[in-house]
Amino acid sequence: MSAGATRFAAMLKRRGSARPAPAPALDRHQGLWLLAAAALTVAPHGIWLPAWIHALCLLFLAWRGLILWQGSRPPPAVLLFALAAAAAAGVRLEFGHFFGKDPGVALLALLLGMKLLEARAARDIHTGVLLCLFLQLALFLENQSIAAAAMAFLGTLTCLGALVALADPAGSVREHLRSATLLLVHGLPFLLVFFVLFPRIQGPLWGLPADAFSARTGLSDTMTPGSISALGNSSAIAFRAAFDGPPPPPAQRYWRGPVLGSFDGRTWTAARFAEADAPFYRPVGRRLDYVLTLEPHNRRWLLALDYPGAAGPLVRFASDHQALSARPVQTRSRFALSAYPDAPVGTDESPAVLAAATRLPADSNPRSRELAASLAAGAASDAEILERVLAHMRAARLRYTLRPPLLGTDSADEFLFDTRSGFCEHFASAFAVLMRAAGVPTRIVTGYQGGEINPVDGYLVIRQSDAHAWAEVWLEGRGWLRVDPTALAAPERIADGLAAALSAEDALPLMLQADMAWLRGLRHRWEALSNSWNQYVLGYNPERQREFLASLGFDPRSAAKLAGLLAGISALLLLALYAWASWQRRTSDPVQRAWERFSARMARAGLGREPWEGPLAYGDRLAEALPEQADSLHAICAAYARLRYGAVQAGDQSRALEKQMKGIRIQ
Amino acid sequence: MRRAAHLAAALRRGADRWLFRVGKPEAAPIRLTQRRIYVLPTPAGLGFAAALAVMLLTSINYNLSLGYGLVFLLGGAATASIVHAFRNLLGLSLRPARCEPVFAGEAAGFRLLIDNPRPSRRPALRLRAHGQVGTFELGPATESTILLACPTTRRGRLHLGRSVIESTWPLGLIRAWSVFVPDADCIVHPAPEPAPPPLPDSGADGAGTSASTREGDDDFAGLRAHRSADSPRHVAWKALARGGPMLTKQYSAARGGELLLAWSALPVHLDDEQRLSRLTAWILRAEQDGRRYGLHIPNTRIAPDLGHDHRDRCLRALALFGSTAEDTERRP
Repeated sequence: MSAGATRFAAMLKRRGSARPAPAPALDRHQGLWLLAAAALTVAPHGIWLPAWIHALCLLFLAWRGLILWQGSRPPPAVLLFALAAAAAAGVRLEFGHFFGKDPGVALLALLLGMKLLEARAARDIHTGVLLCLFLQLALFLENQSIAAAAMAFLGTLTCLGALVALADPAGSVREHLRSATLLLVHGLPFLLVFFVLFPRIQGPLWGLPADAFSARTGLSDTMTPGSISALGNSSAIAFRAAFDGPPPPPAQRYWRGPVLGSFDGRTWTAARFAEADAPFYRPVGRRLDYVLTLEPHNRRWLLALDYPGAAGPLVRFASDHQALSARPVQTRSRFALSAYPDAPVGTDESPAVLAAATRLPADSNPRSRELAASLAAGAASDAEILERVLAHMRAARLRYTLRPPLLGTDSADEFLFDTRSGFCEHFASAFAVLMRAAGVPTRIVTGYQGGEINPVDGYLVIRQSDAHAWAEVWLEGRGWLRVDPTALAAPERIADGLAAALSAEDALPLMLQADMAWLRGLRHRWEALSNSWNQYVLGYNPERQREFLASLGFDPRSAAKLAGLLAGISALLLLALYAWASWQRRTSDPVQRAWERFSARMARAGLGREPWEGPLAYGDRLAEALPEQADSLHAICAAYARLRYGAVQAGDQSRALEKQMKGIRIQ
Repeated sequence: MRRAAHLAAALRRGADRWLFRVGKPEAAPIRLTQRRIYVLPTPAGLGFAAALAVMLLTSINYNLSLGYGLVFLLGGAATASIVHAFRNLLGLSLRPARCEPVFAGEAAGFRLLIDNPRPSRRPALRLRAHGQVGTFELGPATESTILLACPTTRRGRLHLGRSVIESTWPLGLIRAWSVFVPDADCIVHPAPEPAPPPLPDSGADGAGTSASTREGDDDFAGLRAHRSADSPRHVAWKALARGGPMLTKQYSAARGGELLLAWSALPVHLDDEQRLSRLTAWILRAEQDGRRYGLHIPNTRIAPDLGHDHRDRCLRALALFGSTAEDTERRP
């Protein structure tokens, strides 16, 4: 009979026995397990759930705790129903709709709290545990860090503990915990195998709700005075880069983001650009290969090292020399890129682009325009104008600060003539205004500059605080040239990073402070760990799975082979578990074990112990059969009888007996 | 409806015979080996699997690597729980113990001795037979007695019959079970008639026509040598305390002669079960009164005597009246 038929018949049989087992009432142990599971699940959601929803959930849990503590009855169903309706209305008010990730999680969390309140029977615990597991998954929608994984693991352990406590109400908490841990330990090999081999499908399977990727910090495609210095305080990681060879020196690490070409007097915005599969310049000269691991920013730009060149199929290029992703980067993504730092770009730029790059609003920044006119007077070439403007800015003793004063509409004028202190966007903006006013095509490039090498894993880490803005000037015959006006005031910003460039009065983010060396070391370690986590755990996507399987020698395109491999390994794991289940020590008593081994040895010599035979009688028989060892055999059997049935419990004696038993030679 | 019920019963018997190799009672001890332990998911297990599927879809849709991890971990733990549930039953050995006779309508207390050879606890086991469920657990390396009280409705030999030992430990998602038929039965005596007429006065054929109005305990009539079957209430304790031999007090009612409780002497309008019921009541009364009594029923004649053994022999004869020795009827 086939296994399928067996199961079917068994199922029929199950139906036959109509009486269900009586549902056990929820006791305090079980209630506490469930409460612990729910608390561990709901607590981490507090970071993004609206405060009132989180508070309400915790209130429900506390209420449940009180009910357990006092042994009182759960609240009546009518009250719970009213609470549920009110909570649903509240969620509707808070989010404006029911569909989507955030209201869904909020509803689930409230539902869990209320389910717990009414939990009486086994079914309620099962529902509660399933709700907990869903909420743990929902945690990953927001955060997939190591800490979130640890939290979810702990929550899962507690959920399993609650299920064990339900199945085994007579057991102690220790036994429940032990069983749950053992189950997780046995589940881990399955986790590893399936994680690596289960076919990864590139989501989404259906349209994601609008709030799937909420706004994140980072660059934008506009720049106003103060927009980049706001990022200076954030030590959040923007992206990481791993170079094939040694990374370029800090002063050459310009990571190109949005290029801003239009100016309205205060705000720079991105100009239009064309897009193609290949770069808009001839990649020549030195080539650097690296892999960029970009944190999601929900935009298309890739922040590639200047100037981005040939790369994988997912990368596109813009006419202003940005590297772009085909789709907004909504998950942490890896891009293999190369850079040609010495290649000339834009030598044959179109007149329209150049014309746009000299445009200024007519009525803005009059003082800067006047200054530019005086600087440009009598200059032989654009290059000479550039020299003069730079010389002027160097002589002006502008101050570099993380906390620039607020500026009005004529931002370049105010910066150059009044406040004289600013962050990189002020320098770049004022420089570009001067250059444009003098008739030289100039544009702003925003992105990141510098970065820090993590000595633990060698990755270059670029944070939001490394956000930077610089300028590009177009010169006849040389194309676009990078000019960083910030370097005039604060050259150490370019060479050594933000911390070195700021004066003492600028309070640095804690992590950037130089005297926190041990803290930095700790942070390096932690970030290297989370980088490995990102690369190998979170970044394990269809592509990496294909690479990995190919490296193992499997054809990753063959789904049948993959399924076979997965089934085979799972069967092996089950077999191992089965062997573990079947294997059992007959007893944990060492004396008894030794006695059984002794009897087995004697049995091999044809002197097996009969089931009804007591140790003394057996000893007599053995002594008769082996007269040379009669004394020691008698002694062994007598000692065993004494240890087994006598009143004494002596560890030394039992060890001596074991030794004696082992020492016997059958002749 | 009835046809469907019959069909279900037939299917079930077929399954018992072919699948679980269950039929005739098995010789003790019954060892639960791999071959006779079955596992299938419980409804909660199916719900869990459905929830995991939804979680997997969510993980795919949102590209949640850790979501995959969580689903696979839970799936792995649930898979491991199959083996844990199976292991919870593996290696147990069962022996039926003696079941004390009961009267119809009382609960028959079946006892099973279950040996757990493993030096670890076996939690949350259930024993199921006759629609009754008993929950128990076994300590490490011990033999425990499990009592399952089954209600009885009619006299005869009640077999424990098809029994199931099962467990949904550890997670309640998987049910492991084993079906067995222990060689255990319980004699169910006929229920005594609630208000029986008084004992027939004597062994004479006129029994049942006139009832004695005298209580058997009334008149002390003398002493005789004690027999082990005599009721302790009738021992002459005072004589014993004085250092004399153990004697039994005889009462005048007993002097009236031995009672003969005869089937044929009962009124003709009583049917078989009513007769058995009345004879049962009389046996109990006679035993209580300390009167010697004999029993004559078709195919069985038991000579007059007194005492527990005698009483049990008579009641057993009544219980098994009309059934053959090989009667293996499995349900009451």
